Amino acid sequence: MANNEIVKPENLVYKKPTIMNDNPMHYCPGCGHGVVHKLVAEVIEEMGLQDKAIGIAPVGCAVFIYNYLDIDWQEAAHGRAPALATAVKRLNPNKLVFTYQGDGDLAAIGTAETIHACNRGENIAIIFINNGIYGMTGGQMAPTTLEGMKTATCPYGRDVKLNGYPLNITDLVVKLRGTCYVTRQSVHKAAAVRKAKAAIRKAFENSMNGKGTSFVEIVSTCSSGWKLSPVQANKWMEENMFPAYPIGDLKDIDTLV
Amino acid sequence: MKIKGTLVVDKDRCKGCGLCEVACPSDVIGLSKEVNKKGYRFAYMVNEDNCIGCASCGLVCPDGCITVYKVKLS
Repeated sequence: MANNEIVKPENLVYKKPTIMNDNPMHYCPGCGHGVVHKLVAEVIEEMGLQDKAIGIAPVGCAVFIYNYLDIDWQEAAHGRAPALATAVKRLNPNKLVFTYQGDGDLAAIGTAETIHACNRGENIAIIFINNGIYGMTGGQMAPTTLEGMKTATCPYGRDVKLNGYPLNITDLVVKLRGTCYVTRQSVHKAAAVRKAKAAIRKAFENSMNGKGTSFVEIVSTCSSGWKLSPVQANKWMEENMFPAYPIGDLKDIDTLV
Repeated sequence: MKIKGTLVVDKDRCKGCGLCEVACPSDVIGLSKEVNKKGYRFAYMVNEDNCIGCASCGLVCPDGCITVYKVKLS
């Protein structure tokens, strides 16, 4: 059977979600943001919430997410996305409200907002992309940078005596009583992408059901900041990021983990 | 029963990251020698006959460039 005979709507297995528009994305080749954007779009599409979803865009590489997904967006000041999401959700309790933040936004300047929103148990979902670096500004050290990891501002590797230890904020929010679901996922392989999608779906469902704050960390790469090819960056992530940030569910009040 | 899949790549949207090439279990995808209008080598089907339509390439593609189709051949 020739290929052009297979390309028919009834044989379709996978396509870009329609909520993701055709604007070319500014991300570097191989960036994890694109995959997570697609997952968010797919979940909103499957839940039929395109008209009810309000996303809070961060400061960082994902600042332009509002150009790529056709839902309502609010742009927050640096790190303040959970505070803005709190206001939006309290004013519109029947809407799906979620934040989409990187580690420079959520785990550095926005640590206070993140912890207090989680502690209050706001009915929002937080999607946290962790690549251990400030990607947009040129690959500087972030609180999440691994011990010994080289960045533009620690070219000999992070020294814990000088710079402290990597901040594992996901482990911190597990302890807060306001969170209902805390998980850490990745999107480097097809199976991992499927699991990450299920996690985002669960987080969005929790938000709509008023169960509390859901926190989904996605361990991701920054091939430009790490000075590696996209394929090498995924390998480096598996070898170095996963031991420090192990993948899996950390808390789920439905199953009392 | 044999399964036959195929891909349609939006070659001008592709940034040539090569993640689909690694994700493909059947070695179907490769990067072209020529470049697209952005100057990137783009993904294309090297071994069209091997595609099983598993959509692994589509799932890992950060830019959503790949559309996957499949049929069951009896």
